[in-house]
Amino acid sequence: MDMNEIKEIFFQECEEQLAELESGLLRLNDGDRDPETVNAVFRAVHSIKGGAGAFGLDDLVSFAHVFETTLDCVRSNKLEPTQEVLKVMLKSADVLADLTNVARDGGSVDQARSAQLIRELEALAKGEAPPAAATPAPVAAAPKAAPVAKAAPAPVAAAPLVNDEGFMPVAFSFDDFGGEEESVSDLPAYDIVFKPKSELYTKGNEATLLLRDLSRLGEMSIHCNMDNLPGLDQMDPETAYFSWKISIKTDKGEDAIRSVFEFAEWDCDLEVTALDAGEAGEGSDDDLPMQPVPFDLSVLDGEPDAPIGVVEEEEQLAAAAAAQEAAVAAAETASNVLQMAGNAARASAADKGAAATAAAQNNAQQAASAAAPTIRVDLDRVDRLINLVGELVINQAMLSQSVIENDSNGVSSINMGLEELQQLTREIQDSVMAIRAQPVKPVFQRMARTVREIADITGKSVRLVTEGENTEVDKTVIDKLAEPLTHMIRNAVDHGLEMPEKRLAAGKPAEGTVKLTAKHRSGRIVIELSDDGAGINRERVRQKAIDNDLIAADANLSDEEIDNLIFHAGFSTAEKVSDLSGRGVGMDVVKRSIQALGGRINISSKPGHGSVFTMSLPLTLAVLDGMVVTVAGQTLVVPLTAIVETLQPDAASIHSFGATQRLISIRNSFCPLVDVGRILNFRATQANPVEGVALLVESEGGGQRALMVDAIQGQRQVVIKSLEANYTHVPGIAAATILGDGRVALILDVDAVVAASRGQSLQQESSLAAAG
Amino acid sequence: MTSLAKNLTKAGRELIAFRIGDQEFCVNVMSVREIRGWTKATPMPHAPRYVLGVINLRGVVLPIIDLSARLGMKPAEPTVRHVIIVTQVMDKVVGLLVEAVSDILTINEEDIQPTPDMSSEFERTFARGVLAIDKRMICLIELEAVFPHSESEAA
Amino acid sequence: MKKKVLTVDDSRTIRNMLLVTLNNAGFETIQAEDGVEGLEVLEDANPDVIVTDINMPRLDGFGFIEGVRKNEKYRAIPILVLTTESDAEKKNRARQAGATGWIVKPFDPTKLIDAIERVTA
Repeated sequence: MDMNEIKEIFFQECEEQLAELESGLLRLNDGDRDPETVNAVFRAVHSIKGGAGAFGLDDLVSFAHVFETTLDCVRSNKLEPTQEVLKVMLKSADVLADLTNVARDGGSVDQARSAQLIRELEALAKGEAPPAAATPAPVAAAPKAAPVAKAAPAPVAAAPLVNDEGFMPVAFSFDDFGGEEESVSDLPAYDIVFKPKSELYTKGNEATLLLRDLSRLGEMSIHCNMDNLPGLDQMDPETAYFSWKISIKTDKGEDAIRSVFEFAEWDCDLEVTALDAGEAGEGSDDDLPMQPVPFDLSVLDGEPDAPIGVVEEEEQLAAAAAAQEAAVAAAETASNVLQMAGNAARASAADKGAAATAAAQNNAQQAASAAAPTIRVDLDRVDRLINLVGELVINQAMLSQSVIENDSNGVSSINMGLEELQQLTREIQDSVMAIRAQPVKPVFQRMARTVREIADITGKSVRLVTEGENTEVDKTVIDKLAEPLTHMIRNAVDHGLEMPEKRLAAGKPAEGTVKLTAKHRSGRIVIELSDDGAGINRERVRQKAIDNDLIAADANLSDEEIDNLIFHAGFSTAEKVSDLSGRGVGMDVVKRSIQALGGRINISSKPGHGSVFTMSLPLTLAVLDGMVVTVAGQTLVVPLTAIVETLQPDAASIHSFGATQRLISIRNSFCPLVDVGRILNFRATQANPVEGVALLVESEGGGQRALMVDAIQGQRQVVIKSLEANYTHVPGIAAATILGDGRVALILDVDAVVAASRGQSLQQESSLAAAG
Repeated sequence: MTSLAKNLTKAGRELIAFRIGDQEFCVNVMSVREIRGWTKATPMPHAPRYVLGVINLRGVVLPIIDLSARLGMKPAEPTVRHVIIVTQVMDKVVGLLVEAVSDILTINEEDIQPTPDMSSEFERTFARGVLAIDKRMICLIELEAVFPHSESEAA
Repeated sequence: MKKKVLTVDDSRTIRNMLLVTLNNAGFETIQAEDGVEGLEVLEDANPDVIVTDINMPRLDGFGFIEGVRKNEKYRAIPILVLTTESDAEKKNRARQAGATGWIVKPFDPTKLIDAIERVTA
């Protein structure tokens, strides 16, 4: 793994954190006051800041920092998360997302907007929070960080190593240890008094290690004061009894000396005195019975946890020696004693706190059970698995078919085994598909942002209500859903909702509501987008359609048919091109991208009450349930979802209409017949309808068509294979699949076929038209 | 850089030679994934004449090109003796229907002669050069040009 | 023998950076995603030093350090706190919980290794 990969991980993580951030803020906006929600929101920003810092993404860091500071005020109850506050925060979340995108993909952000939000965030943090430590702006807090060392003399507080970042370790070099002995006497000298407190050891610091690090700064001598060492009967292994006086000559300066004790700062008394030249090492504290001790670093190379008895100086540490004697003897090398003290501390700890530990573990387990365990898997691996299962399904079908063909008895143990295999295969397939299934939540969350932005631009007041966010659908579908949905939301706010004053005049609340819901219905996901706006102005739509030659001036259209005209290419009723819909994207594009996903979209509208867009999409793009049919000797698959019913036409129900058109009468209404074989150019002339089967299909723009095929072979679930991967898009064909005989069958694009059959006015909508 | 061009930068490359009618052609062996027998293809609506359809190659939908028709010659009438050379250019895999594989050649860059200037569409589009091997003339095919092209893809 | 470092951090980015940095420096690295997991893996991991984040879901760094210190076996293990937190109050709390040292993110690999060397024998 290199830094680039980690960076990629960082950006992935950012996306997750941004989603977390937004959903948390929205929950707060809905009145959620769970501290954990605030914590999660804080953590999200905090995490982004942390990672961004690691990659030197300064813009991101500084914005995240200000954001985090304000969030911390909320977290510590110094700032009430009112709607106003949350509005600023939601916008900040958007800017944070922009900054992340820019950091990843380049480009630039709206500087004015982010500067403005920084000001607003800072104002929030300042305005409502107590001025002191409440806002942990690092620079302001830094002086407070320093003087905390309890008993430490003044120099510690003033030590510059405690910078505005807290305990930022100051790098020091180990290289110089032992070098350039001859010049040592010229170096500045310091006297250091180091008196550890018991806490030093309980926090995992070791006086020996501190002395070791200190020794790396220059030549030093150590005096150990053991006066406070009590008799063994009174000895508390948890207490620190020793203190040291150290003389050192170093050119690294006092800061370097202090930085050695940085982590121990609060748990020891430390005095560092710079000496004048010549004064060095004279040891002015003669009243203290200190004796020079050799500083033996080699002892540190051994196992730190070695038993006390295993110490180099054998003559002094006879195995039988009394513990107190051993201790005193060992004290001749400071490090040995310390090691012993450390060991003693560790040993004594063994007797204590077992119950407390158990309690802590209990808590931990409880917390653990809250979240279902998940693992993170590369999408490639899942896709590979899905492909393999697809192969398995095809293979299983091929096997079944050849067994059936070769097994004249029909009933055999092989058949039973095959049935079980089929069942298992299906189950494996479903399980694998479930891996790719994801809640629509992230897409819905993105829509919240879209709503905010458009509300801002249009000056409308809008509330987005979402429902069924946890409805799951294949990841590919989710990925492709965002764009059409964004466009529809824009339309709903821009064209659907009225301005506040107009709403009030109509007796509606000034704030408009856009509602986005998702649910599963008969093996598909249904997404509904509704608004409580003015609804479709049918008169205007109709006029526009007439102006654009979409319909005849005297056309007799139902309300539903008029509403659905907005999906036609080039159709736009907005009198001025607003900067929202200004990209020249109409609802026809939305419709086409939904269709490309094997979906359908419809609108129903109620004047004065708003519109509802209903999209129905397949749960997966990997398999579909299809009807296998024969057309001009070819096998085709028609998606089952498109088929309303199948008919066996008789001669009496077929009526010629004009030169080439034929209609079929179904329960007193006439429905155009479409010969699939002819439209796909599989045959030169239309087949005789009476010799085939008609599939009554529902097409997108309303209205039905009867698709003529030669015969129905049966229904089955098929694995969808891309034609585009090695070939190109084929008009009228949605994809391919592989059937039980191992041959490729094409999956019919019903909507494209219907559109192609529809006639002049809708030519541009038809992808077949371009094919020629 | 195409895979073909890349492979031509070094001396000593291998080519697979095959027959269509009385002519011989070759492609770089590096572009060939496998050679397999002819299986009936599923025809594609609205496809150019030279696209015979698609077959199932271990789960992948593989378009089959009648190379004879593609090169402007008489469309093939596939039989069980025909073979499909499965080739890959960039990330697309396409099967080329030919009559038979005739040879595997090891040649040097110098062996490739420029195509004679006849300004025919064939030579401009598909021929990368010609080789003289044992008194035979073998035409080196520009694979990329043979692949179904993306005029329609762009839409 | 390689020294073992247990890192506890909820950020995948930071976990990966720690992993790379520590492995390159010759440490054996065990990773946990939050305080709860940190305590769970503690026994099996048997680390020589712990590097932990403060802000984490489920169980934060303070709680984690306290939990470690309550375990008799890890009473005196060095614990370095790795976090972007920079105010005195948080630092103080970490220390009271039993943290040995403090490293501020974004960490410089050299400084991280330095700090670990400093608290381990």
